[in-house]
Amino acid sequence: MAVAAIGKYEFEPADALEKFHGAQLLYIGWEDHLLFCAPFAFPFPPTMPFRAVVEEVLPGSFGYHPDFARIDWAQAEWFKSGQPWRPDFDKSLAENGLRHKDVIRFRTPGLRGIAGSCS
Amino acid sequence: MDMQVAKKKLGLKEKYQVMTRGLDWEPSYQKKEDIYPYASYEGIKIHDWDKWEDPFRLTMDAYWKYQAEKERKLYAIIDAYAQNNGHLNVTDARYINTVKLFLTGVSPLEYMAHRGFAHAGRAFPGAGPRVACLMQSLDEIRHAQTQIHALSNFNKHYNGLHDFRHMHDRVWYLSVPKSFFDDAVTAGPFEFMVAIGFSFEYVLTNLLFVPFVSGAAYNGDMGTMTFGFSAQSDEARHMTLGLEVIKFILEQDPDNLPIVQRWIDKWTWRGYRVLTLVAMMMDYMLPKRTMSWKEAWEVYFEENGGALFKDLARYGITMPRCAETIALEKDHLSHQAWGTFYNYGAAAAFHTWVPEKEEMDWLAAKYPQSFDKYYRPRLEFWREQAAKGNRFYNKTLPMLCQTCQIPMLFTEPGDPTKICYREVDYQGSKYHFCSDHCKEIFEHEPEKYVQSWLPVHQIYQGSCFPEGTDPSAEGFDPLAAVLQYYHLEFGRDNLDFEGSEDQKNFDLWRGQATKNG
Ligand SMILES: [Fe+2]
Ligand SMILES: [Fe+2]
Repeated sequence: MAVAAIGKYEFEPADALEKFHGAQLLYIGWEDHLLFCAPFAFPFPPTMPFRAVVEEVLPGSFGYHPDFARIDWAQAEWFKSGQPWRPDFDKSLAENGLRHKDVIRFRTPGLRGIAGSCS
Repeated sequence: MDMQVAKKKLGLKEKYQVMTRGLDWEPSYQKKEDIYPYASYEGIKIHDWDKWEDPFRLTMDAYWKYQAEKERKLYAIIDAYAQNNGHLNVTDARYINTVKLFLTGVSPLEYMAHRGFAHAGRAFPGAGPRVACLMQSLDEIRHAQTQIHALSNFNKHYNGLHDFRHMHDRVWYLSVPKSFFDDAVTAGPFEFMVAIGFSFEYVLTNLLFVPFVSGAAYNGDMGTMTFGFSAQSDEARHMTLGLEVIKFILEQDPDNLPIVQRWIDKWTWRGYRVLTLVAMMMDYMLPKRTMSWKEAWEVYFEENGGALFKDLARYGITMPRCAETIALEKDHLSHQAWGTFYNYGAAAAFHTWVPEKEEMDWLAAKYPQSFDKYYRPRLEFWREQAAKGNRFYNKTLPMLCQTCQIPMLFTEPGDPTKICYREVDYQGSKYHFCSDHCKEIFEHEPEKYVQSWLPVHQIYQGSCFPEGTDPSAEGFDPLAAVLQYYHLEFGRDNLDFEGSEDQKNFDLWRGQATKNG
């Protein structure tokens, strides 16, 4: 459906890729750990290796949680737009097929948050 | 003796006729479509504007007299409250944070309502609704003014209230109420009336004003309580106008029904999402609670709203479908919302805290299905950590919903352990939503919502730093720059209530007021 308007109604999207100074947005959520109230939004260069996201960025964002230090990344399950997905840690975000405003999540089997409450 | 006495006064009915409908005229040298350019593009068909019934028959002269009297009383009470240091009679200084939330989040909407009704009134070709909108427009600017005056007393003593209007246009969580109203005023006049006049003023208003006003009364804030009561007679008029609008539109043409139903669905959901802030205020921010959010929803929406929609069934209107989702959220909404503000307590213009033990017990009693299982462990962990000097401040920005602009904090309907993710591909780009309802609203008018000014994305684009900031300079601290842009003073306006200047001052002043020096 189109907007009801008195004339032509066309505007630029507020969040086009060009507006992020060479970065693209990537959203990342950690399943079963709602102590972090919502998934995170990050601006990353598309050339950034996926490993750098996991090893250099995620500790700063999720490291407060006592489960974080227990994560075995080899066991982690990944999802992109809710579908099972397998990242290559040694390839860049772009090479992993990640585009502007993609959303990924990871699940860490065996880790279910504070006292198993999914917090 | 037959004496002809000149009749000095008109009867009420005649007066209404002369001073409202009688002021209208048929244009002769301009086309009606040119005078009322917004009257038809939304697809609503009106055949006879004279069928509009004004339930109050209020005329302008009576309006001024009546409102002036009310305002004289209101300001007398506000003055007395200020002179007697009424702020020291509130339950405890945590309460003042609800006032901060109200002033920054709600009062600017009163002003927007003033503008919206003025615009809608100008746009309607019928004299009856035009006059009714004019009066509501005046009510709304009075509400904005009396609220600002009443709450300005707190600004002399407490932090976070100093620049509410500036903050309203910039601070991340205030984009939720702001974008809600901006959405309404940028719609056509009919949609605005359904959005604000009906869905907000009629269906949801009791869930906004009753909690704040009774919360104020329970917590000893007589100033706020008084402006609430003063606005009440206006609210009764607004509710009647909202209902009259719906009935009038639906009676005019059967083609109007699907359009109106879609607006009711949309605006009930949009309004409900804004009420997330009220839910957490009721359950977490009032030191002395009135009723839980869940109870309020059950009384004011499920019971009262249920009766309303039964009444509207004769026009073909049905209960908005989102009511089912909302029923599933009512055990979780306030807890998830407060958790979010606790996370981002470094970037909020009010203080946050973990509830005391008795408060948690109250929450457990009000929310037996959810609190102990999902939320108590989280809060207790935060409390333990804070006691060890490791208070949690989330420093990574959250993903937001494209429509309601709230962080993606809501869980799947029926599963409070999973965040609800929805997305749409539109013109080669991805858009994300907190719920099916926000997604549907976007899908109906994507051209409108691709323009959303999402605070998180704007920060990453570099639009939320003070003018002249160089983000490439060495040692640049983006959070500090964003708070400066918000006019939010780090260490005074934000962070935990425990240890805040508000807490210390209140204790000191109350001690001076109640004890010998
Ligand atoms: Fe109002
Ligand atoms: Fe949403």
